[in-house]
Amino acid sequence: MAPISGSLRDLQAEIQGYADEYSLQYFTQVFEIVDYEQMCEIAAYGGFPVRYPHWRFGMEYDHMIKSHTYGLSKIYELVINTDPCYAYLLEGNSFADQKLVMCHVYGHNDFFKNNRFFAPTDRRMIDVMANNASRVRRYMDRHGVVTVESFIDVCLSIDNLIDPWAPFREPPKKGKAAAAVDEEEDVHRLRNVRGYLEDYINPPDFIAKQREKAKAEKEASKRKLPARPERDVLGFLMQHAPLDAWEADVLGIIREEAYYFLPQMQTKIMNEGWASYWHSRLMTERALRDSEVIDYADACAGVMSMAPGQLNPYKIGIELFRDIERRWDMGRFGAAWEDCDDLRAKAEWDQQLGKGRDKIFEVRRLYNDVTFIDEFFTLDFAREQKFFTFQENRRSGRLEIESREFAKIKNKLLAMLTNFGQPFIYVVDANHLNRGELLLGHRHEGQDLKVDYARDTLRNLERIWRRPVSILTMIDDKPKRIRFDGSEVTISDEPAAFRV
Amino acid sequence: MISRIDKDHSRFREIVRGKIRQNLRKYISRGDLMSRKGKDTVSIPMPQIDIPRFTLGGNQKSGVGQGDGEPGDPIGGDPQDGGQPGKGEAGQGEGQKALEVEVTLDELAAILGEELGLPRIEPKGSEALDTKKDRYISLRSTGPESLRSFKATFKRALRRQVASGTYQPGRPIIVPVREDRRYRSWRTEPRPQSNAVIIYMMDVSGSMGDEQKEIVRIESFWIDTWLRSQYQGLESRYIIHDASARLVDREVFFRTRESGGTMISSAYKVCAELIEKEFSPENWNIYAFHFSDGDNWSVDDTSTCIGLLRNVLLPACNQFGYGQVESPYGSGQFIKDIKGSFGDHPKLVTSEITSKDDIMDSIREFLKRGR
Repeated sequence: MAPISGSLRDLQAEIQGYADEYSLQYFTQVFEIVDYEQMCEIAAYGGFPVRYPHWRFGMEYDHMIKSHTYGLSKIYELVINTDPCYAYLLEGNSFADQKLVMCHVYGHNDFFKNNRFFAPTDRRMIDVMANNASRVRRYMDRHGVVTVESFIDVCLSIDNLIDPWAPFREPPKKGKAAAAVDEEEDVHRLRNVRGYLEDYINPPDFIAKQREKAKAEKEASKRKLPARPERDVLGFLMQHAPLDAWEADVLGIIREEAYYFLPQMQTKIMNEGWASYWHSRLMTERALRDSEVIDYADACAGVMSMAPGQLNPYKIGIELFRDIERRWDMGRFGAAWEDCDDLRAKAEWDQQLGKGRDKIFEVRRLYNDVTFIDEFFTLDFAREQKFFTFQENRRSGRLEIESREFAKIKNKLLAMLTNFGQPFIYVVDANHLNRGELLLGHRHEGQDLKVDYARDTLRNLERIWRRPVSILTMIDDKPKRIRFDGSEVTISDEPAAFRV
Repeated sequence: MISRIDKDHSRFREIVRGKIRQNLRKYISRGDLMSRKGKDTVSIPMPQIDIPRFTLGGNQKSGVGQGDGEPGDPIGGDPQDGGQPGKGEAGQGEGQKALEVEVTLDELAAILGEELGLPRIEPKGSEALDTKKDRYISLRSTGPESLRSFKATFKRALRRQVASGTYQPGRPIIVPVREDRRYRSWRTEPRPQSNAVIIYMMDVSGSMGDEQKEIVRIESFWIDTWLRSQYQGLESRYIIHDASARLVDREVFFRTRESGGTMISSAYKVCAELIEKEFSPENWNIYAFHFSDGDNWSVDDTSTCIGLLRNVLLPACNQFGYGQVESPYGSGQFIKDIKGSFGDHPKLVTSEITSKDDIMDSIREFLKRGR
């Protein structure tokens, strides 16, 4: 691994100049050049040079090295959300490829810096991860590699159970509110007008009993945990599960890293679309030389290609940004445009507003994939880009085009993107049945959980909670409960589905 | 830095080996490993070693795509299949990958051995067969010119010239003197050598169907793998027979389907001749395996077989294995005859294989004695 030098450094200066010209705002950009094995290693570690030891990184690495060896795929570029922003170039790529990658990276960098959803992420994550790694290594030295590693397995198994909006919420206020409730309120006494009868009307031992009862009730209500269904399952377990100090720390590490990677999943389409939009503009309008046109077109076509039955975020993203820019340039938005029924007028609609550039910069600042698609994925766009929904034909087992109906396509897309395709899972009750069992709830949005995975996940949760764990869900439209009691998994019927 | 991923990688490989061990029975009873055999390695398809999570997708597969086509048209490809080629970005979710793990045959044999609790084989007459071999791996300062090592001599001359300051980088001429010269020399190393041969015999008569042959094929593969890990340079020979027997190559052995009667003695005769001609029992560890459905032609022939076994084959072999594959046509009499005649002969192992699931037990039966 080495910093770039010579012609590549000149190239970076050149491209940075173009980026400035188009007023991209970026963190200081650092390029490093790596060979293929290093690239695979860094990619396996999610872009970071140092991570805690875990076999899953080895598996990723194995897979990447193999698919490279067999010529199935190639990692061109890798960029991480840090300040300064690090990106890795692959040694031996052609000069035209490096150029393309650099332009692309400046797009990502601008996105990391400006998009609202990246704002809460820690930009010094390289250091944080390295510190996490050394702590995990220390735990491994003390408690044994296998012990710690298998606990990491357990934690990873629930690392998608976090609350995407938690980073944007203010931390709950402590102090005043709690103190007010704490004011001791005495138990109810019968009204007594004659003082000397007090002991007779409200016998002291009865009052004492009542006080105790009230106290016990209060304790019980305090134990109602969580007060409201809680989406940050990881955070909840950190606070309330019976964990050793090192276990709680490892769980915290996994949670911290999961929150760090969250915005990348929330903005996959936009992020790639934005970077592709800018590599395309910077290359075609500035950086590209005549001799590189063919190579550039070839690389670009590869990135934008669509496999059947699969969405290419690069492709949708770039096309949507272009569409938005065109619409806002021509004034094709707002009530007048929406209400216009005249097809000819619509076809010729051009108010020459020139607001496109400003609009896409605004979009890249304020939106995430869900709001992006929700607002800008229009009927015209869906037609033009030939979108369809597909479904498995249960008889033949083949995937078949189901429909080209706009509403269906959009709903499906949004459903896929909401919560980045993960189920909504809440902690419902930490003292379920008053037996200290953990109860989770799955808010069913049309798709069932994979039952075999759910079983194994419950086993892992039980490892953390050390008491039976259940989840309320729906299977084939029927409310069900899956429960693991420490020795076996049972699935039983439930009277009603879980709702929040 | 590289060592980090190497550690994670080897942890991963360890876990993989554990999985292979767990699923060994499944891999053994399915024949597809053999078609994946490379020179020294086997690639084993493995279900994704996965971290379970609460994920969606219990019911019907569906999604959104882009492209031409009418509703109802099939679309190619599996939506779950891998990610985009090309660019990747830090921290995207893991896709589903079918995992192919390459394992060396030695490793596989070790796993098999551990799992089945197979003893290591003590080669017969190992002392007698210790050979001494001279290998040219060291250097001396004296020797015949024909063995002079140019490279070593050059190095020493260079070193001397640099040290004494006579080396001129502008005019790099190196002149070796007598003391610089180095000669290749040998070192004698004892090399325990144990020669082993496996002789496979298979009944290919009409009553042996494809399924029976598949079983034989799988079983011989695993026996082969195990014995190969125990001996260097294992030889194998293949004999097929119906009413007459012949020596064939591996390909033919597994492919042929003849349709004749069954005379087991013909195979035993060929086997005995082979041993006599090529593999003298003093110098060779001989393993013979015979697979048949046990439906011999006549009682006379069976007694010829037993005679051959008693007088020639059993004394010569480390072990003689007879595996009887159950077939819908065979009477399965032969195994009873053999057992009746030999009882618990230390060198004879018999095993009945009714289905693919029995292969593992049968292998254990054959190999557990460590002969």
